[in-house]
Amino acid sequence: MKALAGLVARDLRIAWAQGGAVLPLVFYLLVATLLPFAIGPDKILLARIGGGLLLTAALLAALLPVERLVAPDLASGMIDQCVVRGIGEEAIGVAKLIAHWIAFGPPLMIATLPAAALLGLDGSTVARLELGLALATPGLAALAVATAALTAGLRGAGALSGLVMLPLAIPLLIFGAGALGDGGVGATKLLAATSLLLVAGAPFVAGAALRAGRT
Amino acid sequence: MSWPARLVLHDLACLRGERLLFEGIELALAPGDSALVTGPNGAGKSSLLRIIAGLLAPAAGRIERDGSLALAAEAAALDAERPLRAALGFWARLDGASEAALDEAMTAMGLEALAEVPVGWLSTGQRKRAVLARTIASGADIWLLDEPGNGLDAGALERLGAAMAAHLAGGGILVAASHQPIGLVPTCELRL
Repeated sequence: MKALAGLVARDLRIAWAQGGAVLPLVFYLLVATLLPFAIGPDKILLARIGGGLLLTAALLAALLPVERLVAPDLASGMIDQCVVRGIGEEAIGVAKLIAHWIAFGPPLMIATLPAAALLGLDGSTVARLELGLALATPGLAALAVATAALTAGLRGAGALSGLVMLPLAIPLLIFGAGALGDGGVGATKLLAATSLLLVAGAPFVAGAALRAGRT
Repeated sequence: MSWPARLVLHDLACLRGERLLFEGIELALAPGDSALVTGPNGAGKSSLLRIIAGLLAPAAGRIERDGSLALAAEAAALDAERPLRAALGFWARLDGASEAALDEAMTAMGLEALAEVPVGWLSTGQRKRAVLARTIASGADIWLLDEPGNGLDAGALERLGAAMAAHLAGGGILVAASHQPIGLVPTCELRL
């Protein structure tokens, strides 16, 4: 447990120091800023599609630091040293998941407030969007960590990560978007279930990938 | 060291891809014993250490081990942008080593003047010394040293020799892989 906390703290420090934590935030706000320019200042249209677009932006934002999550630690021997100390690959996956979520989930939820204002979303939509993000971001972080472990050490890992991760994120998008509409309780529950499944599965995928990739 | 450390290899074999690197490796080490693994480049010295460390699965054979492990491998596993003392401190905390033990290990490797220097600025030899300092500070029963003499100058080699002697005198076990003399008089030599 202490080892896990140490690993999470280290990942967070690196995310902060190398800009990995700021990049998704800037990207997210940039999308929200650019969108009205692209589709015009139609307030009703923006309010209708804004929530879904912010969800998509959150998904892409989670993908941004994927190359920095696992690959550098694999190359520097960090993960080997953890394993020699008896810290399992799955535990490393859990630590990376927690750290990645803390680094991008809550900041994104805070950034949603100005982003929603830019898109003219009403109060109830913002509340549902925040709830949706709270449920979806752990799942996105889990997907990102599993993808990072699967593609670590490969050439062109960045492009490949998108291809691996985005199809798997579709359920999160569908239920997330569904939860934004009126009477989206069912979709919200399904969103939570999908996210939970990803969070529960990702450490095992990441662990198996780290073991299989070891030379 | 709560129990007598022990490291026994039975009929160990290593397969990398289609190539059989070695087979039939037998080794039994008790407290205070050391083994020097020698052999040409690519003979499987590092692979043997990684198998003992549990990072690779052997193609055949088994390993019996009592006691904690420390691996000093080619990859430093130190965060490049952090000061050396802090980067080593991260591992010392994971190992449950005290600050004093870490300071002592850094002094033993002659690193006290580099404590505040970022790891990325260190030379090859200095980084190697840092890895050895981490191994010393870990307080592990069994040391696995992969080419510990690489990049070390004469003074550092002497420090390495002293550290290894102290570890063995304290009832530790040591397996070193090296193609150059490192100032170790091993209990047994393993030629791959």
